[in-house]
Amino acid sequence: MQIPYNEKLRPDTGLYNAKLGIWLFLASEIMLFGGLFSAYVLLRSSNADFMMHQHYLNVPLATLNTIILITSSVTMVMAWVSLKLNDLKKYKLYMLLTLLCSVGFLIVKFFEYSAKFEHHLYPSTDNFLGTYFTLTGLHGLHIIGGMVVMIYLVGPGVKMWETNKERFTNRVEVIGLYWHFVDLVWIFLFPALYLL
Amino acid sequence: MSQDSHQESFIKKYIFSQDHKVIGIQYGLLSLFFLLFGFFLMMIMRWQLAYPDQVIPIIGPLMFENGILSPDMYNSFGAMHGTIMIFLGVVPIVVGAFGNYLVPLQIGAPDMAFPKLNMVSFWSYFIGGFVMMYGFVLPGGAANSGWTSYPPLSDLATAGQTVWLIGMVFLITSSLLGSMNIIVTIVQLRVKGLTYMKLPLFVWSQLVTSFLLVLAFPPLEAAAVFQLMDRLAGTSFFLPTGLIHGGAIVDVAGGGSPILWQHLFWFLAHPEVYVLILPAMGVVCEIIANNTRKPIWNYKTMVYSLIFLGFMSFAVWAHHMFQTGMGQGMSAFFQITTMIISVPSVVILSGLFITLWGGRIRFNTPMLFALAFLPMFGIGGLTGLPLGLAPSDIPLHDTYYVIGHFHYVVAPGTIFAIFAGIYFWFPKVTGKQLNETLGKIHFWFSFVFMNGIFMPMFLQGIAGVSRRLADGGTTYAHAANTIHYNEFMSWSAWCLGLAQLPFIINMIMTLIRKRKDKVDPNPWKATTIEWTDTTSPPLGHGNFDTVPSVYRGPYEYSVPGESEEFTPQSKKDVNSENK
Repeated sequence: MQIPYNEKLRPDTGLYNAKLGIWLFLASEIMLFGGLFSAYVLLRSSNADFMMHQHYLNVPLATLNTIILITSSVTMVMAWVSLKLNDLKKYKLYMLLTLLCSVGFLIVKFFEYSAKFEHHLYPSTDNFLGTYFTLTGLHGLHIIGGMVVMIYLVGPGVKMWETNKERFTNRVEVIGLYWHFVDLVWIFLFPALYLL
Repeated sequence: MSQDSHQESFIKKYIFSQDHKVIGIQYGLLSLFFLLFGFFLMMIMRWQLAYPDQVIPIIGPLMFENGILSPDMYNSFGAMHGTIMIFLGVVPIVVGAFGNYLVPLQIGAPDMAFPKLNMVSFWSYFIGGFVMMYGFVLPGGAANSGWTSYPPLSDLATAGQTVWLIGMVFLITSSLLGSMNIIVTIVQLRVKGLTYMKLPLFVWSQLVTSFLLVLAFPPLEAAAVFQLMDRLAGTSFFLPTGLIHGGAIVDVAGGGSPILWQHLFWFLAHPEVYVLILPAMGVVCEIIANNTRKPIWNYKTMVYSLIFLGFMSFAVWAHHMFQTGMGQGMSAFFQITTMIISVPSVVILSGLFITLWGGRIRFNTPMLFALAFLPMFGIGGLTGLPLGLAPSDIPLHDTYYVIGHFHYVVAPGTIFAIFAGIYFWFPKVTGKQLNETLGKIHFWFSFVFMNGIFMPMFLQGIAGVSRRLADGGTTYAHAANTIHYNEFMSWSAWCLGLAQLPFIINMIMTLIRKRKDKVDPNPWKATTIEWTDTTSPPLGHGNFDTVPSVYRGPYEYSVPGESEEFTPQSKKDVNSENK
């Protein structure tokens, strides 16, 4: 049985199924992070000492991470473009670069976290650190989730390229959209937690 | 679909199935089980309310120390009754079962847009339910902070609360995947000719409901993550400074806000009310149009009302929080939005009443349930108005009046619509029609006893009896005049339990009975395209032998000039040529 519009675009919506699906998923993610951010705003505005521990956060490392993530978004687009240009080798190269960036991001994050623990700063220390660990932790989980899909798409999942080029390219576009969203969340987290 | 007739293994066909019809049935059976289980908890609680601190006959000595439901267990049962009924019972049955089974059939799709996600959605629901049930065997019992899990109590509660939160994350994932799937299916997979304004109202209600689920559940997920952090990592998002628990100051950093949880929770839980009621309205619309043999009054107004209801439901959440001291400005805003949202509900209800006018009504079992839905939901809705206005809400808050109000919406409201839907679509699912006599017995007894349970609650509530007392309020003077109703209400509840036996017997008897003759594929003479399918149910792997095209609206009954009393959506319109 064939589900219509898995690859082809439905004329009246101009979308294939998975693209609409991922946009809906991202809408729900916006509501998730929206809830988290509004909690942060409410907690911060109701407590004058809320930002007491902000100076412990490492702005240079976070800036480095911002650069890494933006780079990975670029390589992600390049991977998709390579598929559109029918170049599987380049696709693999760019996908691996994206994966490399995300590993780099997690390593930097690891150093940030362990520096906090060394100073005996834990989520339970105060609500600012609690928010910091919860929000960046959830963002980190999103990074790991994206990496799992990327590993699949560059590893065993790549077989689909031989049988159904169009659908495989769509899959890469969908994970790309997700990845840009994860990137965007960081773009909001960085100033909200580290700078402002 | 002959190419699909290859043998599939039993496990792939019935357990890890990707066919929306099988998944719909799985959802249906599991959620009916949970509904029964949640009702069972309540029947035990009602013993404690009617005869406080007396040994429960038969099951008491088996389940509890001393054979008595202790106040702690009463709390736990109350919390789990709410959680099970809403998140494991009604939502999975209206969206998971009805939505999954019927939406693709009503829009002419071969399956849901993402069959694999559909399977994951069901199993995520299964795991979530299992995790929730696991709370019962933990020391301290299952979650006992109410279905709303208000902190700081829930932050400090026993381990059952952690399990509740983890179960909730699975259930949220399940609804999220399921509702995304329904939206994509409706938007992308409608057959040729089926424009939005020709969709059956059931499909419209599913579309709006799914948007509510996609957008409202994630903030609860955020809140659940925060509460998990509070419980496991020692943060104090919901714990204020200087909180005293058990005679000592709680050793946390503090600075958190319990009200924050209430905002995040009700941001989900108010749209959730509409998740419970909108699909029920959809089911009732289908059945009423079919059995009055008339089109639904003013289809477009109904559609716009559904959309407006969905939209507004995001802006009324704080009417649950008039007592938190959030300020007059906020209260005024949410009172106004609450009054506004009652308008489209009344429009839909009035539309359905007007549809009855002048119809040749067929009083079969599904229609009886659908008809009962109207006044029952009406009572539930109208008694909600005093709760939406702060001056009258404050004395009624946390009394039995509130319980009476929302149970009228959900129990004789949504549950009756679910029964109506089961009786109506049973022939589509199994190819056999349920027995009408048993169905009518089921209906009349359910109808009487439902009201027997919930009507006295309004009186108790107006007298000011609190909803949270394990003994029903025997020690309170203001409860003295109404507390004896508890016995009557409890007997009604147990009789309501017995009244479900004809339903269960009916289902089993009908299923094991051999089919004698070829069934009528369209027993109700309905117009929507799930009935025009030529294959005889139960359906195999494919949905349609030949995919129909749609030429007309969903409710063309008794159209003047047509040869038959009903005109299926797939019948070509002879008047408009070249189409």
